[in-house]
Amino acid sequence: MYSAHALSLAIWLPILGGVAVLFTGGDTNARWARRLSLLIALAAFAATIPLYTGFDHHTAAMQFVENYSWIPAFNIDYHIGIDGISLPLILLTSFTTVIVVIAGWVVIQTRVSQYMAAFLIMEGLMIGVFASLDAILFYVFWEAMLIPMFVIIGIWGGPNRVYATVKFFLYTLLGSVLMLVALLFLYFKSGNSFDIQSFYTLKLSMSEQILIFFAFLLAFAVKVPMWPVHTWLPDAHVEAPTGGSVVLAAIMLKMGAYGFLRFTLPILPDASHELAWLMITLSLIAIVYISLVALVQEDMKKLIAYSSIAHMGFVTLGFFIFNAQGMEGGLVEMVSHGFVSGALFLCVGVLYDRMHSRQIRDYGGVANRMPVFATFMMLFVMANVGLPGTSGFVGEFLVILGSFQVNGWYAFLAASILVTGAAYTLWLYKRVIFGNVVNDHVAALQDVGVREFSFLGLLAVAVLAMGLWPYPFLNVMHVSVNHLLTEVTVSKL
Amino acid sequence: MSLAVPNIAPAAPEILILVMACAILILDLFLDDSNRHVSYFLTLATLVAAAVVTARNFHHTGVYTFNHMFVADTLSDVIDFAIYGLTFFVLVYSRRYLRERGMFRGEYFVLALFGVLGTMIMASATNFLTLYLGLELLSLSQYALVAMQRDSSRATEAAMKYFVLGALASGMLLYGMSMLYGITGSLDIEVVRQKIEAISSGNVVLIFGLVFIVVGLAFKLGAVPFHMWIPDVYEGAPTAVTLYVGTMPKLAAFVMIIRLLVGGLQGLAASWQEMFIIMAVLSMALGNVAAIAQTNIKRMLAYSTISHMGFFLLGIVSAGPAGYGAAMFYMLVYTVMSLGAFGMVILLSRAGFEAERLEDFKGLNQRSPWHAFLMLLLMFSMAGVPPTAGFFAKLLVFQAIVNAGYVWLAVVGVLLSVVGAFYYLRVVKLMYFDAPVDSSPIRVDADLQLLMGINGLAMIAVTPWVGALVNLCSQALRSIS
Repeated sequence: MYSAHALSLAIWLPILGGVAVLFTGGDTNARWARRLSLLIALAAFAATIPLYTGFDHHTAAMQFVENYSWIPAFNIDYHIGIDGISLPLILLTSFTTVIVVIAGWVVIQTRVSQYMAAFLIMEGLMIGVFASLDAILFYVFWEAMLIPMFVIIGIWGGPNRVYATVKFFLYTLLGSVLMLVALLFLYFKSGNSFDIQSFYTLKLSMSEQILIFFAFLLAFAVKVPMWPVHTWLPDAHVEAPTGGSVVLAAIMLKMGAYGFLRFTLPILPDASHELAWLMITLSLIAIVYISLVALVQEDMKKLIAYSSIAHMGFVTLGFFIFNAQGMEGGLVEMVSHGFVSGALFLCVGVLYDRMHSRQIRDYGGVANRMPVFATFMMLFVMANVGLPGTSGFVGEFLVILGSFQVNGWYAFLAASILVTGAAYTLWLYKRVIFGNVVNDHVAALQDVGVREFSFLGLLAVAVLAMGLWPYPFLNVMHVSVNHLLTEVTVSKL
Repeated sequence: MSLAVPNIAPAAPEILILVMACAILILDLFLDDSNRHVSYFLTLATLVAAAVVTARNFHHTGVYTFNHMFVADTLSDVIDFAIYGLTFFVLVYSRRYLRERGMFRGEYFVLALFGVLGTMIMASATNFLTLYLGLELLSLSQYALVAMQRDSSRATEAAMKYFVLGALASGMLLYGMSMLYGITGSLDIEVVRQKIEAISSGNVVLIFGLVFIVVGLAFKLGAVPFHMWIPDVYEGAPTAVTLYVGTMPKLAAFVMIIRLLVGGLQGLAASWQEMFIIMAVLSMALGNVAAIAQTNIKRMLAYSTISHMGFFLLGIVSAGPAGYGAAMFYMLVYTVMSLGAFGMVILLSRAGFEAERLEDFKGLNQRSPWHAFLMLLLMFSMAGVPPTAGFFAKLLVFQAIVNAGYVWLAVVGVLLSVVGAFYYLRVVKLMYFDAPVDSSPIRVDADLQLLMGINGLAMIAVTPWVGALVNLCSQALRSIS
């Protein structure tokens, strides 16, 4: 028997823990701030385990539901619960935060308590996004998350951090405010309810659906990000500290995709079918065009950022071809990309901490000095390419399989990522890791220490586990995905 | 013939404030500068005492007195509480600032109390005359307050501008009232309401009267195109006075709209809705865009005020009980935010130094993480980012406007709120991402420190209780709408 408040615990433990870390004060207590943060991050991860072990994967109904009245005058409730779609993302979030705390252990030397607290608070808010069943609660978590991220990029980021963080904030804010209007409109149509599940049964005319679709699309497309509203992402990634990049790539991008599953598809099935061509086109542009853009990048972080956009194109493609393979593939790809892109950003971070450069041309022959690191990076690079046996393969294979059933051309274009993705990732790897030692800085490199080994090792295990034995992941989401697919087929006209 | 003594019990808090204001005025004559704090503490005690009196006689239903010219009801009581609280905070925030600038004088306290009294009278007015009386009491106190720093040419200019334009607006309001009187033959708002229902809404004189009244209200509110005085007055007045002028009169303007338009001219709602839509859109647009260009934080906050009044007006535009409740909630939240933001300007000022420029906030996080955090909360709240109170205020207003069928207005509102987010973010950017230019230590007295903490944390601490507050607002407005 699991606690009735297991889900609330998973949300609030890291938030309150983060506040507690703030109270350790200035950098004279940095040691304690780090230890306390790790403890809280581990406890928060442990708090999400019962959600998995206690999860009933035979039902698509919401589980671990808690529902309390919050603003009764407007029927806004504290209503949370999870299904097979949100559970993997919650686990990904709590896992990633542990990694991020370890990754920031030595690298961050100024305002340590604020840094750690920001990530812990963000973890709670992100879990809140995945767990919310009330539209306003969802929106609160969705927007509140911008504040810690804004601060993280702005304080600990690179030279051009202010521009990047303001662009990030305003872009995402602009994207989301129209969603708020759409939610208010749905509230109005549903007879004064903000319950997301009550929106699922709402009758909406085609024109209403299309307008709401675009309001949601702007919010989610900015977050994913989809071409052409992706331009904030490379800036934000390049300037963010390593931990910020990891969270951005691993989790924040997934929120946009999650939004499609939680809002767009079940609430607006007719508009989704009607506009599927648009979504598929944008996804394919992201896959084909952004992959080519990635090919010419000189900055490692930028390259991985563009690779993220291309991979997220895969996810959205999977969602809008309306079959089980596509949708499950998209979900697996989301989780897998969370691990892989996080790991790649950490790899860049490991190099950057030593060399203080992200330019590919400053590197070469790193394998000679950092063999262990080179091995890890090889694994993550392969996962990014989608090599069988790694997590990347499962998702991409399923999506391509799904798109074949709809249209051979979709599958053909989507599969081009196997070529271009391999090209830019392997080329990056070749230029950075292989060859002769190019300069004295590289010659002076030290291989990874215990701390770096631990987080890279954890991610390597996750990537391999998902690739070799995806059953536990697929099993959890299977029923919920099928349920969602049946909901998409029911017309709301 | 005997003179009937009216029932003065419903006006007990007002009478208390009046008596004490006069007492302090006289007492202050006999105090030398070293004992000036006696007036200060007496003023604070007066506010606390008035709060106790109001709380003990809290009115769940309206009680009329003075020949139906004055009412004590839930609305007036709730507004009174807000006024006491705001003024209390304003006085504590201002104490050192005033002392360091030689303005720690009895006049400040007495004028503040008269302003409180004026607002309280407006909150209880059921007659055009009572309303106008309260308004003038408040306005005249404010003109004098702005001019208190008499050697400062900036302050004098601001006071002059405020006075001339304020008098003009009062004149407009009065002219509008006289037209309504001409048509309905009554100054009693309730009677006017009944008479208007009988008259066709196309009556030209009625519409003219309404226009003049709306102009007067818009001026007091500071809505575009009647906003010109706001930036100059906010910038020119001593910060302690800006604090006062930027918070309390907003509540007064709100209560005036409720009493006059909602209570008396609901029958003409369709007409004033149209006017307010234009003013709301213009205020949101001009306020938010102009604020971006400011380098003086007081001016920036002044333009931000204009934009906030636009958002507030959206609640009124929806012209339904939910909208009025949302507008009231918005106004309460706004006054607390504004109090905190100007309070922070005071907190960073010291003898001979006004922390007025945006640059003065640079690197605040390194100088004092706690104050930077409070300002961060205030700025995000003003920008309307969840989970702060400012978000809920905007949310409820937008909800009301969508429910009233104005989806396009909500779209305009949210888009302009993104424009606004930019300059609030710039303050956060200065505090958190820039290096400090001023490294002098921040000296804060314990009382200011405590209240500032409450003020800033309130932005996020009210989140679980938003429901209760909204309920309170709709309770307060129940008797009117």
